[in-house]
Amino acid sequence: MLTILKDLGSHALQASPQAKALGLVLVAVERGEATVRCPYRPELVGDVDTGVVAGGVVTTLLDHTCGQAVMASLETYRPIATLDLRIDYLRAAQPGLDVIAYAHCYKITRSVAFVRATAYDQDRDDPVATVQATFMLDSSRTPPPGQSRSAPEQAASETDTGETRI
Amino acid sequence: MSEASDKLQNLIGRMPYAQFLGVRMELAGDEMTAILPYSAHLIGNPALPALHGGVLGAFLEMTAVAQLFILQGVARQPRPIGVTVEYLRSGRPMDTYARAQVKRIGSRVANVYVEAWQETRAAPITSLHGRFLVTPTQTPDPATATEGQDDAAAK
Repeated sequence: MLTILKDLGSHALQASPQAKALGLVLVAVERGEATVRCPYRPELVGDVDTGVVAGGVVTTLLDHTCGQAVMASLETYRPIATLDLRIDYLRAAQPGLDVIAYAHCYKITRSVAFVRATAYDQDRDDPVATVQATFMLDSSRTPPPGQSRSAPEQAASETDTGETRI
Repeated sequence: MSEASDKLQNLIGRMPYAQFLGVRMELAGDEMTAILPYSAHLIGNPALPALHGGVLGAFLEMTAVAQLFILQGVARQPRPIGVTVEYLRSGRPMDTYARAQVKRIGSRVANVYVEAWQETRAAPITSLHGRFLVTPTQTPDPATATEGQDDAAAK
């Protein structure tokens, strides 16, 4: 997957309508790592009094970058779905600056990927937000007829998390 | 128009990102429902298709902020300290609704729980636990504000 992601670059992000709507740009991708930039736009502001980008934009950027980092650690394409995100908002992003997210998928088991990420505007050591996330792998392998997928049910049915792929 | 209704209109008007997503808020008395009408740009994975997980997280966070802001005694837009989002079911390409419960509001911090659903209220697709910084007005409502309680842990 890493070679494919590198070849596609930001085109890989264009396949996701929401990533395209936000104008996300793939800055870098390495094995298990991804860096994605969200360009500053007035439409993404959360409070016109401050001009600060909405927390929800940072949430989407972090979720998407974490997903890219998971993809970048897989040998072949497998559908993934976010299981949970835990975000800390450390400070407000500076009005007018792009927000950049760096994610690292540090562990992959048979069914679950574990990811950490930070979002920053100028200095990666002075983050705007940090996140810890888990993703379900093969999230849409065998969808029940007429039903949407239920990730927690999958997690409960697959308890062997000992196998690593990295 | 009630005070809560005025505050809600004011909040959405000052939040361009709410308009970017297309979020609406409706009040029935003191109960607020947030609505995220389906739109193609909200899709994360077009192969399924499913709503973007980040969009659902953002929608729930916005619902929590709005629910807090319309309470009496909250002076300005609450700021998120941290949120935990759990994805229970895939978000299908259809309208999504959310309601927030303020679990506790102190003089500085509020804890809020939000659930989003689509066709069935009893089968939520996403839930959020959030912690928010609130700025009280000069005279916080004694019914909703527990002045100084959140200083207890720090002492």
